[in-house]
Parts: sequence; structure tokens; C-alpha cells
Amino acid sequence: MLSSVLPLGFLAPGREAVVREVSGGKELRRRLGELGFVRGSVVRVVQSQSCGPLIISLGDGRVALGRGAAQKIMVEELDGRELDGRSPVK
Amino acid sequence: MVASSQAAAKTPKEITVGLAGNPNSGKTSMFNNLTGARQHVGNWPGVTVEKKEGRHIRDDVVVRVVDLPGTYSLGAFSEDEAVARNYILSGEPDLVINIVDASNLERNLYLTTQLMEMGANVVIALNMFDEAEKKQIRIDLEAMAGILGVPVVPTVAVRNKGTSELVAAAVGAAGKEPGRAFTIDYGKEAEPGIAKLEAALAGVETIKHLPARWVAVKLLEGDESIYGRVMQSPRAGEIIKLRDEVAAHIERVTGLDPESLFADRRYGFIGGLIRETVTRKSTVEDRLSVSDRIDRVVTNRLLGIPIFFLSMFAVFQFTFVLGGPLSGYVEAFFGWLGAVAGALIANELVASLVVDGIIGGVGSVLVFIPPIFLIFFAISLLEDSGYMARAAYVMDRFMHRLGLHGKSFIPLLVGFGCNVPAIMACRTLENRRDRMITILITPLMSCAARLPVYVLFVGVFFAAYQGLVIFSLYLLGIVLAIVMGVLFKRFLFKGEVSPFVMELPPYRVPTLKGVLIHMWERGWAFIKRAGTVIFSVVIIIWVLANLPAGVEFAGRESYLGAIGGFVAPVFAPLGFGTWEAAAALIFGLLAKEVVVGTFGVVYGIGEEGLAAAIQTYWTPLSAYAFMVMSLIYIPCVAAIATIKRETNSWRWTGFAVAYSLTLGWVMAFLVYQGGRLFGLG
Ligand SMILES: Nc1nc2c(ncn2[C@@H]2O[C@H](COP(=O)(O)OP(=O)(O)OP(=O)(O)O)[C@@H](O)[C@H]2O)c(=O)[nH]1
Ligand SMILES: [Mg+2]
Repeated sequence: MLSSVLPLGFLAPGREAVVREVSGGKELRRRLGELGFVRGSVVRVVQSQSCGPLIISLGDGRVALGRGAAQKIMVEELDGRELDGRSPVK
Repeated sequence: MVASSQAAAKTPKEITVGLAGNPNSGKTSMFNNLTGARQHVGNWPGVTVEKKEGRHIRDDVVVRVVDLPGTYSLGAFSEDEAVARNYILSGEPDLVINIVDASNLERNLYLTTQLMEMGANVVIALNMFDEAEKKQIRIDLEAMAGILGVPVVPTVAVRNKGTSELVAAAVGAAGKEPGRAFTIDYGKEAEPGIAKLEAALAGVETIKHLPARWVAVKLLEGDESIYGRVMQSPRAGEIIKLRDEVAAHIERVTGLDPESLFADRRYGFIGGLIRETVTRKSTVEDRLSVSDRIDRVVTNRLLGIPIFFLSMFAVFQFTFVLGGPLSGYVEAFFGWLGAVAGALIANELVASLVVDGIIGGVGSVLVFIPPIFLIFFAISLLEDSGYMARAAYVMDRFMHRLGLHGKSFIPLLVGFGCNVPAIMACRTLENRRDRMITILITPLMSCAARLPVYVLFVGVFFAAYQGLVIFSLYLLGIVLAIVMGVLFKRFLFKGEVSPFVMELPPYRVPTLKGVLIHMWERGWAFIKRAGTVIFSVVIIIWVLANLPAGVEFAGRESYLGAIGGFVAPVFAPLGFGTWEAAAALIFGLLAKEVVVGTFGVVYGIGEEGLAAAIQTYWTPLSAYAFMVMSLIYIPCVAAIATIKRETNSWRWTGFAVAYSLTLGWVMAFLVYQGGRLFGLG
């Protein structure tokens, strides 16, 4: 099944995705790159609210990302189970 | 014996070792193990912002150990990262011990690859090995050492495990001739260009001690400091032209700028390394870790901010409910001591010096040891648990809307302990504007030295609502900090809010030992200040209270009275236009504890204690206005000096002093006059 590419900021809590592209200013890209937001890395949204920053699980670490920064990371959603143990949404 | 003497013959007598690693990987914990120092450790990224040196002696080798701020790469965005990077690139360390968080290998190894590419002599400490084991991450140490070609030593810095093995590996590696620098294959699209650039860099003086290939890679990445060095070369023009060509070529064929491509490749290499050396059992349950579950609640949109303020309130309740009675005992002790000393010392002047000056002044400050220790205890709990970074996260949503940066909140929270390290902690803010704003507003955070003022007055006038009243002052500090931050942003440091990117450490259960050590270290510093700075100032105050000769002690006619009386009219509209209050505020500049110390001298602690005198000369309203003034007006001299050093500008330092004085006056005025309007006076 093909899933579409969307900004990380739109990913629902508990969802996993693969990073496809990181855009934005040079400094931001460098910062995100050194933290491990590179193409192919797998991310999961731990906390995301209608506005305000997100918490992203990346590798074994957790990174807080402002909404603006999260919109600069394009991801492809991995379909499959909910990982957060919440009642599955259909 | 033979073996060790052989080793000693090969290794130099003194080696210099830099501790490098990601923020929060345990560098300072290891530094403390190695050197016996007690540098500050905390569970959030960016605790250390300065380099610190110590010594470790191993047999006949002196190891100079240098603790560095944490950094994710050698790219250096912020001041603290620049400190680490400049030191590593300086060529000064013979060896770099790379402290790697073994429970978060992938990201931590990114810096490792950079250190190795730049040709540093590296020894890897796989720290937090306990946490890695708990997560069932199995690491094949030999395979890792084999692939990377450097020693790999497992350590648990908090329990001082593996330290000795690490030193042995370091001393062994320091004697070795460096082999060929480690390289990463950047792919067929980039390698020919890198090689061309590398060749062009041969013979450039300013980068002599760095591997040319690494310089080529950094040039392509657009690293400013390497650019700067190359620009000093007479051949700079030709090299930069080639660099631009190669970069353009890479972008054309890969669709990525060199920097992104290289980051991808490095992570690609690390991914391969991890596949070959790490096995892990992981289930869905593990991945939704305890940390995540806590974060669900603590960082919740609706609950986050209430939880933050509730935990702050809990801190103050705890401090006063427990600290108040304890202070009472200390006070009783000094009262007794004063009486005994007064009775024993025959010479009247000496008796006055001891009783009114030293016991009255220093004693009245030391009375507040219990609440101060307790507040340090509570702050340490916050720091070690991992909540600090969450508080910044929670506040970011709110701060962001106001144009401020969420990360600013960490220095602000550090400021509850002492403003000096808090102002330094602003180094972790990447953007200069954010940093300047935060430096300017940090002094509004109520440090522990201001606590005695509150406890003294609150104890007299607001005993029933102690926690609440003191909490209101802390809250006022935060609110004013945010309001001033917004004004500074709007009028002095305009610009976009820089992106918020911050690592969140895992929650850790604070160890009693760790927390007690923190409490003791900071509390002891407070006692030391009481014995030195405050002691000296109090003696000066006592002398001024006794001069000119023959004057009534601490009267309006004394020099002290004259100085205070001269300034006092300024404070009259605020409800405390007495010379005593003015003198306290003036001398309080030297250290805010002195505000209370001055009262101790001028009112005397006598039979009835300081409280009785306060009761006589103050009203609840004037007391509250005075506390507001003490909170806001000019940070102490130590903080002023730090602002000067960190902003490197007298102008901004002067501004910080001037605005806080004005703001303090205005707020106290509003409180006092507003209160009178409502008939509270
Ligand atoms: N479980 C565990 N915790 C550790 C270990 N080493 C350090 N810690 C904890 O990790 C946190 C960070 O330790 P620090 O020594 O301050 O780390 P740092 O690398 O100096 O951090 P920065 O100065 O912010 O770059 C503290 O809470 C330590 O108690 C370890 O081996 N195991
Ligand atoms: Mg440190």
C-alpha cells in the first residue's frame, strides 16, 4: 500500500514514519541532521497537540521540536499498528 | 611490573585529555570520578557551559583532564558548543575521551565519527552501560573497537564503574603513534570532488595540523570556522572557487546539498556499524517507555502548565513548612549566643562588634540556612529527574506565541538557585537575540539569596499564608521576566523566533546521594559566602553604624544613618522611606543576603529577636512592597559582573542595572499605592 508524504507536524500521536526529506534554513537542517533527522530514519510521534511543540521519538532518544521545525521534515507514514497502546483508531 | 615500566617508558609523563561527547552523556560525572572534583551534574542537556580542568594521577603519569560542554557535532551553533569545538580543534589535547551514551548509540556515534574524521586520537567510553543493559541492548565491544580502530571501554559514570579501565586505555593510547585518519565513504558522486579539493589544500599553512580530507569535507559543508582558516591562505580564492564547483556538482547529481548528503552517509555508516555490533531485544512495550508514559501526562496540553506551577508551589510549601520551624531553632541559638557573648566580653566596643555586628549581621543571615538547603534540595530533585527540559517544552507553546524561545526557560529555572550560573546557562541558546533577551531577564528570577528577605518579612506579617505569599513573589518574578522579555523582543531584539529543537533526556530517579551532594555543595557555598563576603560587609556596616565617634550606635546620626537617610526619600512613595531600609537595599547590592544582615545590625537581634523590631517599624503592605523591590532591583555585583562577561558589553550591563532599578521602583510603588487605595495600608 502506498502512503503519502506529509510534514512530521501532521503525523498523529503514536504514528511511526520514515523521514524522506529535511528542508528549511541551513542552520536548522544542520541541527536536525546532527540529531539524526536524516533520510531513512524512523520517527514516532510521542506528543503532538493542536499547536505548540511536539515530542518525537528518534532512535533511542526523544527530541522536542517546535511546530515550525516539524513542518520542515517530510515523512512517509508507516502503516501498521498503533504503537502507543491506545485504543486503535479506525 | 616489567610490563608497567615498559608502558611508562613509552607514554609521556603528562598527557592532556579532553572529555567530549553529546550533551547529557555523563562527561562531568566522569570528570568528577577522574579528578575528585564536584562539578555540577544534572539530567538535562547543557549543564556544563565552560571548560573545566582537573588532574588525575595514574602511576607515574599525570593526566590533565578537561571537561567540555556537550556537543552533537563539531558544527557549533551555540557559545557552549563553540567552547568544546575550539578546544578539540586547538590541537591541545593529546587524546579525546569520547563519552558515548550507550543507551542512545546512534546519535552519540555521530560525534564520534566526526572526531575520528578530524584525526583526533580517540578513546571511546560507552557510558550509561547500565541503562543500555536495562534496555537489553547488547554491544559487541571487540567488534566495535575493531571496526572503529580505537579502544572501547564500558563505563557507568554515576557508579564510578570502568573508570580505571578507561584511564588505562587512555594512557595506552596516548603513547601510540596516530595511524591513518579514519574516513567515511561519501559515495561515488562526492568522492572525486573531495579528493580534488583535498589535493588543492596541500600546503595550506593555517590548517596544517588537520587532515586535509576532513578540511575538504568541512569546506563543502560550509563550516564557518574552517572557511575562516582557509580564507587566511594566499590561495584562498582558488580553493573556494574549486569548493563551489564541487558543491554545485554534488547538488546537481544527488539533489542534496553536500551537508545533507554527508550527514546521510555518516548515519549510513553508523547504521551499518550498529547492525554489526549491537543486538537488541525490543518489543512494542519497551518502545513505549516509562518516560513516554510520564510525558503523556506531564507534557499534556491541558495539564502541562498546571503541573508546572503546582510543582513549583509544592517546592515552596515544602521549603517553608519544613524550613520555618528549623529556622526558629537556629534563631534561638544565635539569640542565646549573642546574650552569652555580650555577658562574657568586658570591652564594650568589642562586645558590640561581636554581638551587634557579627552575630547580629551574619547570624541573621545564617538563620535562613534551613529553607535555603531545602530549596536547593528541591531544585536538585527537579534537575536530576529530567523535568527541567520538560518544563521548557511545556512553556514553549506559550513563550513561542509571545515571540520568546522555550529553551530560555532552562536558564530561568536555574536562576532560582543562583543567577550567576543561570546567566551563563544562556550560552546554550543558539540565537544571539534569544540569548541577550534571556540574559537580561534572568536576574528577575528570585535566587536563593533573596529568600531570607522573604522569609523574614513573611514570618512576621503573613505567617498564616507563608507558602502562598512567597510563591506569589516567585511568580511575580516569572511574570515580569516574560513581560520584559516580550518588550525587549519587540523593541530591542526584533526578529523571527528561532526554531525550537531540544533533546529531552529520559526521566531518571534521582539518587538520594546525588541530591544530597547537590544540596550540600550549593548550601555550603551559601555558608561560605556568609563567612566571607557577608561577614566583611556586615563589619563595614557595623563600623559605619559606629562612626563618627561618640554617636549612638546605629542611629540616624551615624554614617550608616546618613547614607541611608540620603537615599531614603526616593523610597518614601513605596512605603519604606526609612534610612534603615535604604541602607539595607544599598548594601544588598553586594549580595542580597546582606539586606537581612543589615537589618540584623541596625535593629539588633536582642532578646525579642529581629522579628519584633520588624513588627514595630513595618506594616504588612510596606513589607510586601519592600519584598517586591528586593526581588526586582539590580542583581547583585556577582550577577552584574557575569552579565558584563557574557554580553561583553558595558552598555547592556548598564541597561540591565538601570531597567531593573526602575522596574523595581515602579512595581513597589504600584503595590504600595495600590494597596493604600484599597485601604490595606
Ligand atoms: N544511569 C546512568 N546515569 C548516568 C551515567 N552517567 C551519568 N549519568 C546521569 O546522566 C546525567 C547527565 O550527567 P552529566 O555528567 O551532567 O552529563 P554531561 O555530559 O556532563 O552533560 P552536559 O554538561 O549537559 O553536556 C546525570 O543525571 C547523571 O546522573 C551512567 O553511567 N548511568
Ligand atoms: Mg557536563
